[in-house]
Amino acid sequence: MQETALFEYVLRLSDDSLILAQRLGEWCGHGPILEEDIALTNISLDLIGQAISLYDFAAELEGKGRNHDQLAYLRYENEYKNVLLVEQPNGDFAMTLLRQFFFDAFRLPLYEALMQSPVAQLAAIAAKSVKETRYHLKHSSEWVIRMGDGTEESHERAQAAIDHLWRYTSELFYEDTHDHTLQAAGQVPTMAAIQTKWNATVTSILQEATLEIPKNNWKFDGGREGRHSEHMGYLLSDLQYMQRAYPNMEW
Amino acid sequence: MTQAEQEIRFQEKIDREIKIEPNDWMPDEYRQTLVRQISQHAHSEIVGMLPEGNWITRAPNLRRKAVLLAKVQDEAGHGLYLYSAVETLGTSREQTIDDLHTGKAKYSSIFNYPALTWADIGTIGWLVDGAAIMNQVALCRTSYGPYARAMVKICKEESFHQRQGYESLIKLCNGTPQQKAMAQDAMNRFWWPALMMFGPSDAESTHSDQSIKWKIKRFTNDELRQSFVDATVAQAEILGLTIPDPNLKWNEARGHYDFSEINWDEFWQVVKGNGPCNKERLAARVKAKEEGAWVRDAATAFAKKRAMKKSA
Repeated sequence: MQETALFEYVLRLSDDSLILAQRLGEWCGHGPILEEDIALTNISLDLIGQAISLYDFAAELEGKGRNHDQLAYLRYENEYKNVLLVEQPNGDFAMTLLRQFFFDAFRLPLYEALMQSPVAQLAAIAAKSVKETRYHLKHSSEWVIRMGDGTEESHERAQAAIDHLWRYTSELFYEDTHDHTLQAAGQVPTMAAIQTKWNATVTSILQEATLEIPKNNWKFDGGREGRHSEHMGYLLSDLQYMQRAYPNMEW
Repeated sequence: MTQAEQEIRFQEKIDREIKIEPNDWMPDEYRQTLVRQISQHAHSEIVGMLPEGNWITRAPNLRRKAVLLAKVQDEAGHGLYLYSAVETLGTSREQTIDDLHTGKAKYSSIFNYPALTWADIGTIGWLVDGAAIMNQVALCRTSYGPYARAMVKICKEESFHQRQGYESLIKLCNGTPQQKAMAQDAMNRFWWPALMMFGPSDAESTHSDQSIKWKIKRFTNDELRQSFVDATVAQAEILGLTIPDPNLKWNEARGHYDFSEINWDEFWQVVKGNGPCNKERLAARVKAKEEGAWVRDAATAFAKKRAMKKSA
């Protein structure tokens, strides 16, 4: 049972990384400045690297002989367990950077906590990923502040992105029996602990950016259970195109 | 010192292989030639991100996706160094990019051809980066210091790209018949455009003689094109791919491969804007710039605000 729980847990981490990487890859060649083209593809690349390590570990836990590519490419939509936040379309640069900021502010304390996990492989992946994630959060926080405290237009766009994405943020802290099993065994942190840190980061950065936390607390979830938004099918069509069109081939 | 004396001293430096640096005196035409050539090279890197970027979301496995992302990111980096090299000659990045968008500046025509299949990505790495390297290795010794130094770093990364492209084609050519056919199809479409990358034939090239004298260029277009063909034939044989040229054959007397005349009509059509993707490529760059304007404005406004706060 613990194996299954851990498999599910690692799969969620992998899917979050993969799907966000896929979205960021769409920016390639279209960024507002060359430096951001490089930054966004670099973050995408880091996330792909994390996804490979995480899927490898998940495959090992599952023990069915699947490899990272089979997990990444050959599941049905309802078998992907990423949060809805990461599959949301890029929108404008503000939407992409706010999505990134909300995610990074969650990922950093999560990885920091997982570095202490007695599950050695998970701790090792977290230790490697935490350095990258610290950079990602620095990058996205700086842009949130710049946009919020930049021009009237950038402020409006950043606020609009927050207002739109806010409904997807509570799902970051989703827990179910798998989490509870692992928490009881002392292998993973509680999401309440991560949320406290997320709240602190988000509050302080948005304040510095002169941006506001929405009053509307309408919450969306479903991703962790495999219920996605309409955007997900299109994202997977691109992602899986080659594997579906040319099955069982090596590339 | 008179202009004529300066020109003589300048040419002496070039002849003695002393690099020209940004603050050195240089003839206006030397400066203009470099701005034109380096910015064209920078634009090629940036526009070149588009056909490949188009496949990032569809790369067939995670490793290939990571390799492609890293490659395209390198290209953005090359664009940055090269725009900086142009800035050392007194032309801002903004101005250089505007020249691209108005159609005044050109970029390598190869990127006006579409990347239609996954095999195109490997083929671009192998043939397009391969052709680029032929040009660029020679440029590592070009007479203008900042350009030569940028080229050394760029060449290292480009040869890595070429090997990765080739390695990905080995996989296809040893794969299923469908994969092999995909690779051959890409070869058929990219071979001639790759040869066109070396530019017009020496007889037609307007800038060649002076550039060679100034050691901006070390070899002529035709010399580089021939070296590329000579180097590539054996690589194609290893892959088991057929080069789409019935006249391609080894010429013992010349010590080189003979090959058919390039379709220069197609070459000039694409240069003039009538290639399959010219409109789309430029439109994508212009759109990125226009849609990013508010982001750049925000960054500038923010930096000003912070500077004012500091000085207050």
